Amino acid sequence: MSATGIGASVRRKEDLRFITGRGQYTDDVNRPGQGYAFFVRSPHAHANIRKIDSNAAAKMPGVLAILTGDDIAADKVGGLICGWMIHSKDGSPMKAGAHPALAQGKVRYVGDHVAVVIAESLAEARDAAEKVEVDYEVLPAVVDMNAATKKGAPVIHDVADNNTVYNWHLGDKAATDAAFAKAKHVTKLDIVNNRLVPNPMETRAAVGDYEPGTESFTLYTTSQNPHVARLVISAFIGVAPENKLRVIAPDVGGGFGSKIFIYAEEVVCVWAAKKVGRPVKWTADRTEAFLCDAHGRDHLTHAELAIDESGRITGLRVHTLANLGAYLSTFSSSVPTYLYAPLLSGQYDIPAIYAEVDGIYTNTAPVDAYRGAGRPEATYVVERLVEVAARETHVDPAKFRQKNFITKFPHQTPVIMAYDAGNYDASLQKAMEMADYKNIGKRKAESERHGKLRGIGISAYIEACGIAPSAAVGSLGAGVGLWESAEVRVNPIGTVEILTGSHSHGQGHETTFAQLVSDRLGIPLDAVSIVHGDTDKVQMGMGTYGSRSGAVGMSAIVKALEKIEAKAKKVAGFCMEASEKDIEFKDGKFTVRGTDKSMDFGAVALQAYIAHKFNGQELEPGLKESAFWDPTNFTFPAGVHICEVEIDPETGITHIERWSAVDDFGNVINPMIVEGQVHGGIAQGIGQAMCENAVYDAKGQLVTASFMDYCMPRADDLPSYQVGMTQTPCPSNPLGIKGCGEAGAIAAPPALINAITDALGTENVPMPATPQAVWRLAQKSITRKAAQ
Amino acid sequence: MPKVSMTVNGKAVSGNVDSRTLLVQFLRETLRLTGTHVGCDTSQCGCCVVHVNGSAIKSCTTLALSHEGSTVTTIEGLAQDGKLHPMQEAFRENHGLQCGFCTPGMIMTAVDIVHRKGNKLDEQTIRHELEGNICRCTGYHNIVKAVAAGAEAMAK
Repeated sequence: MSATGIGASVRRKEDLRFITGRGQYTDDVNRPGQGYAFFVRSPHAHANIRKIDSNAAAKMPGVLAILTGDDIAADKVGGLICGWMIHSKDGSPMKAGAHPALAQGKVRYVGDHVAVVIAESLAEARDAAEKVEVDYEVLPAVVDMNAATKKGAPVIHDVADNNTVYNWHLGDKAATDAAFAKAKHVTKLDIVNNRLVPNPMETRAAVGDYEPGTESFTLYTTSQNPHVARLVISAFIGVAPENKLRVIAPDVGGGFGSKIFIYAEEVVCVWAAKKVGRPVKWTADRTEAFLCDAHGRDHLTHAELAIDESGRITGLRVHTLANLGAYLSTFSSSVPTYLYAPLLSGQYDIPAIYAEVDGIYTNTAPVDAYRGAGRPEATYVVERLVEVAARETHVDPAKFRQKNFITKFPHQTPVIMAYDAGNYDASLQKAMEMADYKNIGKRKAESERHGKLRGIGISAYIEACGIAPSAAVGSLGAGVGLWESAEVRVNPIGTVEILTGSHSHGQGHETTFAQLVSDRLGIPLDAVSIVHGDTDKVQMGMGTYGSRSGAVGMSAIVKALEKIEAKAKKVAGFCMEASEKDIEFKDGKFTVRGTDKSMDFGAVALQAYIAHKFNGQELEPGLKESAFWDPTNFTFPAGVHICEVEIDPETGITHIERWSAVDDFGNVINPMIVEGQVHGGIAQGIGQAMCENAVYDAKGQLVTASFMDYCMPRADDLPSYQVGMTQTPCPSNPLGIKGCGEAGAIAAPPALINAITDALGTENVPMPATPQAVWRLAQKSITRKAAQ
Repeated sequence: MPKVSMTVNGKAVSGNVDSRTLLVQFLRETLRLTGTHVGCDTSQCGCCVVHVNGSAIKSCTTLALSHEGSTVTTIEGLAQDGKLHPMQEAFRENHGLQCGFCTPGMIMTAVDIVHRKGNKLDEQTIRHELEGNICRCTGYHNIVKAVAAGAEAMAK
């Protein structure tokens, strides 16, 4: 392994600009003459708009335009779309209500976009927005999923009876019911997977620009997938054809899923730029981010696990209500269906699984993918059930898991997935060692002597990354293919630009992708530049989410590099007067086999462009290749996280004493970056389990709409983490990579809740396990113990 | 519009601003020093931390006009003579950043912690002192390491 090649913890190339304040985020982009947009948003969760009077507002200083749903409809700009069709179990298509970029007659959640004011300055736009008079007819709102599906509930979209988008199912109901009928023991749990707000530190922003001379638009935006944004804004929303719309996602300050989606504000900015004749800039303030970014999770689940007399799991069934909010966001329909139920087998050999999922409209912000997207929800169900089942059947939770682990690969689960490789027991053993699992009894006794409660919790998670192949996801309803593209441009002196359809918003692609190229071509890391995030530079791409950029994005680069090598061998053959078959390429040198004749990579690149040693009939000049990679399967990262907590029953404060994570991501390009991804994922998982909760009141007001009210995990709330790895290479891509971006967020919540419930001696603690909630249960626990 | 003058990163600067202009807006929009970021509206996240007269403050919660005559250092002014500040180096070396958005505020806060608490910082102190800075990417693990390493390096 070289100091900068595959497997090295290379320090990141992108860091210099970030640590010196030279990053270029969307809000740092300014266009000459730009106006500033401020959105008039609904203060009501559900209302008809009788009238919008903007006369007084239009007279305010600096106002350039006030635009409403009527204007956007008059320009025939289409509504926002949901790009994954789900069919209900009766075969009917999901009931998707219209989602206009500016409201047309009705608003359906607090923060819904009613009008936009564009002015010379943000302050003037904001002042004028206060003068826009909207006459609302307030309607009853519904935020609770059970209430939303009851007869007589407020109707959010006319197309969706009982506010139900779909009643979907997966698996074999009869076989599962039969397994339960024969079960020795059945564990039942009612599980709430709490609603979260993604909160990347950079809020969403957009700058729309229009050049009348070429009739072309440019949109700078905070996107994880600028090409998908261009596709949707062109093909579905109809602002401009693709060749007249450039989307640039410059440095993006975190995404976690929330910047996958195509939102109203970005569409309005690019459309309005032409209408107003000025570039239009909008940057969300944090409260707008809370109100209008797609939220995550929000499931209510009843789950059951069937166990036979030998302690083996024989069946699993769940019924989940998934809150989709007031409108279907871009990929929202897929999250509680195909990204959730196919993961319900976890790491276990379960012969029969049946899942029913009802997607529900409520008067709340749309819900879509958030770090893990469906997989944390599935893992939480499985790992809570397994833990409780072990306790109920008086088996050590580690042993219970071991007994039920899948040990032979490939393994076909009853819920679509064919796991390709893994060694689950290896991760468990290693994690138990790191956690000093065998001595937990001593540590519990020690805590008890000090009046504290100690517990340990295991989470053995699996995820499915690199959602693919395209044809397979298409058959499940996806509106797009999920391949990735790469172009390798070798310059005449042997430096290289890699154009990738992946997008980095914290993941460090500029470093890891360069490590791959440096390793394969034998050229210095600094000779490689990564280009991404601009639809004028990179032809097409699918972006970054679902931990896909390593497994899918880098595989596309490998494929293009193979073509470069093949072409370069031809060039080298002409130069050294040898057959291309006799040319070997190693460590950046082309050598004629069995001789001392050689050329380095840069020399061959130069000859490819000079083209003096071959003619155009024999070989095209130049050295540039592209490739599209469509995987043959998902990848299946898996691992075991063990959390140990000590609870102070006097205060209810849970202290995380130790976090031991062992993950199998297959082959790893840069361990430092991968560990960083794990740390961040765990932090978000701990956040969900202990701190974070998006709360709407009964009228649909979001009462947690700022960092004052929504508890973001801070340095003081979190521990340091012990991170270890096991490796079973993924067989379905050339690098053996599985994906690491979401693992921590998937693994962490059940590990922590299992630990807290172990300490408290209770079956269930709802997330977030705040000090108040824990304190109440701790008091009961103490009373119960005293009675014993 | 009233005029405000101050010294930013060693240079005398001035500008005419709407009286409600925040210091962060003056830095980002008037001076185009976009390294200082805005991550919230409630003084919670610390993305906007700069040094004013040697102390860390949140530039999103103070008016530009109230800093007439002040000396301000932003992330752009931390490196001296083309050489990175030890805290900047420590963040890079310890992978204390991912998306980079909170990083300028984190680094400015970290330098301030060292000024107040010295060069030997234990984990508990660092975690406690970072209470006013939110990072969503790193889980803080490597930020804590970076601050400790940067603090030691600043003693040299």
